[in-house]
Amino acid sequence: MSTIAERAAIRRRIQAVGLWLATFLLMVIMCLPGLWVVLAAFRPNREILAKPPIWVPQQLTLNNFAKIFGFGSDQVGIPVLAYFTNSMVIAMTSTVIALVIGVGGGYAFARFRFRFKNGLFLGLMLFRAVPGIALSLPIFMLWSRIGLIDAQLGLIIVYVSLNVPFTIWLIDGFFRQIPISLSEAAQVDGCTRWQAFWKIEFPLARSGIAAAGVFAFLTSWNEFALASQLTRTTDSKTLPVGLMDFTAQFTIDWAGMCAMAVIIIVPALILTFLVQKHLISGLTFGGVKG
Amino acid sequence: MASIMLKDVVKSYGKVRAVHGINLEIGHNEFVVLVGPSGCGKSTTLRMIAGLEDISGGEVLIGDRIVNDLPPRKRNISMVFQNYALYPHMSVRDNLGFGLKIAGQKPKVIAERVAEAADILGLSELLDRTPAELSGGQRQRVAMGRAIVRHPDAFLFDEPLSNLDAKLRGQMRAEIKKLHQTVRTTIVYVTHDQIEAMTLADRIVVMRGGHIEQVGTPMQVFNHPVNTFVAGFIGSPPMNQLPGHIEAGQVVLADQSRVPVPPRLAGKVREGQKVILGIRPDDISPQGHGLGMPEDAAQVATLDLRIALAEPLGMESLIYTTIAGQEVQAKLYGPRIVQPGEVLTFQVALARAHLFDAETTRSLEVL
Ligand SMILES: Nc1ncnc2c1ncn2[C@@H]1O[C@H](COP(=O)(O)OP(=O)(O)OP(=O)(O)O)[C@@H](O)[C@H]1O
Ligand SMILES: [Mg+2]
Repeated sequence: MSTIAERAAIRRRIQAVGLWLATFLLMVIMCLPGLWVVLAAFRPNREILAKPPIWVPQQLTLNNFAKIFGFGSDQVGIPVLAYFTNSMVIAMTSTVIALVIGVGGGYAFARFRFRFKNGLFLGLMLFRAVPGIALSLPIFMLWSRIGLIDAQLGLIIVYVSLNVPFTIWLIDGFFRQIPISLSEAAQVDGCTRWQAFWKIEFPLARSGIAAAGVFAFLTSWNEFALASQLTRTTDSKTLPVGLMDFTAQFTIDWAGMCAMAVIIIVPALILTFLVQKHLISGLTFGGVKG
Repeated sequence: MASIMLKDVVKSYGKVRAVHGINLEIGHNEFVVLVGPSGCGKSTTLRMIAGLEDISGGEVLIGDRIVNDLPPRKRNISMVFQNYALYPHMSVRDNLGFGLKIAGQKPKVIAERVAEAADILGLSELLDRTPAELSGGQRQRVAMGRAIVRHPDAFLFDEPLSNLDAKLRGQMRAEIKKLHQTVRTTIVYVTHDQIEAMTLADRIVVMRGGHIEQVGTPMQVFNHPVNTFVAGFIGSPPMNQLPGHIEAGQVVLADQSRVPVPPRLAGKVREGQKVILGIRPDDISPQGHGLGMPEDAAQVATLDLRIALAEPLGMESLIYTTIAGQEVQAKLYGPRIVQPGEVLTFQVALARAHLFDAETTRSLEVL
């Protein structure tokens, strides 16, 4: 004889298992391509292309990596290191600039009243709604006039403007959550407004700023469409664009491509892991209201 | 320790005027409470004293300094906010010491003063917690502690108790009173709760619509309200107000029933004058169940009233009845239970009744 409590417990169990299964399936669907890429990066090309397909890898090798970095017997001759440096410099610089502007702008939108505030905010958001690729032609023409084609600076500017609306929007939201009275209390306690910002509001918005930073970095790091238009050589080519080097007219070097894809994925993963502590640091706003 | 003075202080938000040229002198170590209904400009006034709001006109002085153009940090005041505004990312200890640290005090001095404040407020056990780990009352105490460590010239409180439940509010009210006695400092305290005002204040400032209606000790404001607004606002339940006019030394109410003019006001009424008769519920009681009814028969009016509703509160009951067609509240002292529909003989303490001019709403007493 099952009591109501027992039946409720069973129902909860079933629900929990169902939820777990659904999550698992979703993760499988989402992760499988990634997993395949990572696996392929460590397999020889002929195993990847074998027919019928070999599901369980039989041979694991670091050759693909050695190859694209120019070591070992069969060199591919793709300047991965240069691409990597370009990607890093461009993504880092544009992220830092977008964050500085995002923090300043987000704070201003959250705290100050000024003319055309709503219009300006809407404008920023609308600008973000325009697909970047739609701007590629005008940007291309402009950049070629002023000599920013195939320059790191050219991409940095593009990525900053791509990211700023988002960083402002996100950081504005975080500053809005912080009651103004905290800054006021700090000012009564002896701070200048500037000190109150750095000692109170900035630390409290840190998780939001970190999140904005991760998103900005990933956007710049992964961007392909605009970069493929605006870069030409090792001076500015980024990793995603470099990936196309593996496609020759008649062949595609899947193994090398996957190895490079792993190189693209790893820094993004590392960064996300480093910052996730901040993302979920669960800053409780317990100091304000019960 | 300093006095605070407001001279014709005005605050406008664009075209909207929130504070209309108020004048107020707050003495050294005085506990002044600003009360008034929502939106009357209490917080705005307080925030102008704190420097968190620009002053649109007039002057604010703390001590003998005009502080109009000084930022909050240069005014040497502390403020306790309605939402406490504790810094969520700092421990209680750091919250308390923050102001001293900003001021560049030595760690030793900071530790001493924090310990002292924690001791006064019973926070010593909680110093290493973060605000999120505190109860509402404890947060309230930390907010007060943060205010006292700096030994400021004045404390400003903006509805500090309104987020607490009724019981805790009573406790904290007592603690604030105690705090004022311990660390004797000028306090300006904003509330819309007239009980807080009555219990805490040395002087009450009643505000309405950006104006000051009356300033006085709690008893002055309670016993001698200058107009019907103050009469209705201070005291709970509010004063009953019955319209009527003066005829032959008597107040004639709406249903032609007559009540003698309170003897102390006899010389102040004009024949035919339209008035409002104000009587506090405590001054209308069934015979034998009153409190402090005057002995002298001339000071008491007697009338039979039918009870509409009674709310027993233990040793007293709040009674709803009708005088001259208008609902009034009365008080019955003692454990007697009364039933709706019962008719009892009530006594009205005329000695403590008020008369207001119906047109100006001002008390006839002060004219
Ligand atoms: N930033 C502002 N812009 C325009 N009007 C304002 C602003 N701040 C306050 N007011 C107006 O000023 C008046 C006084 O506000 P204030 O906050 O001082 O009221 P209060 O007496 O503290 O009320 P409460 O008891 O609700 O806190 C109100 O009518 C309010 O609408
Ligand atoms: Mg207020």
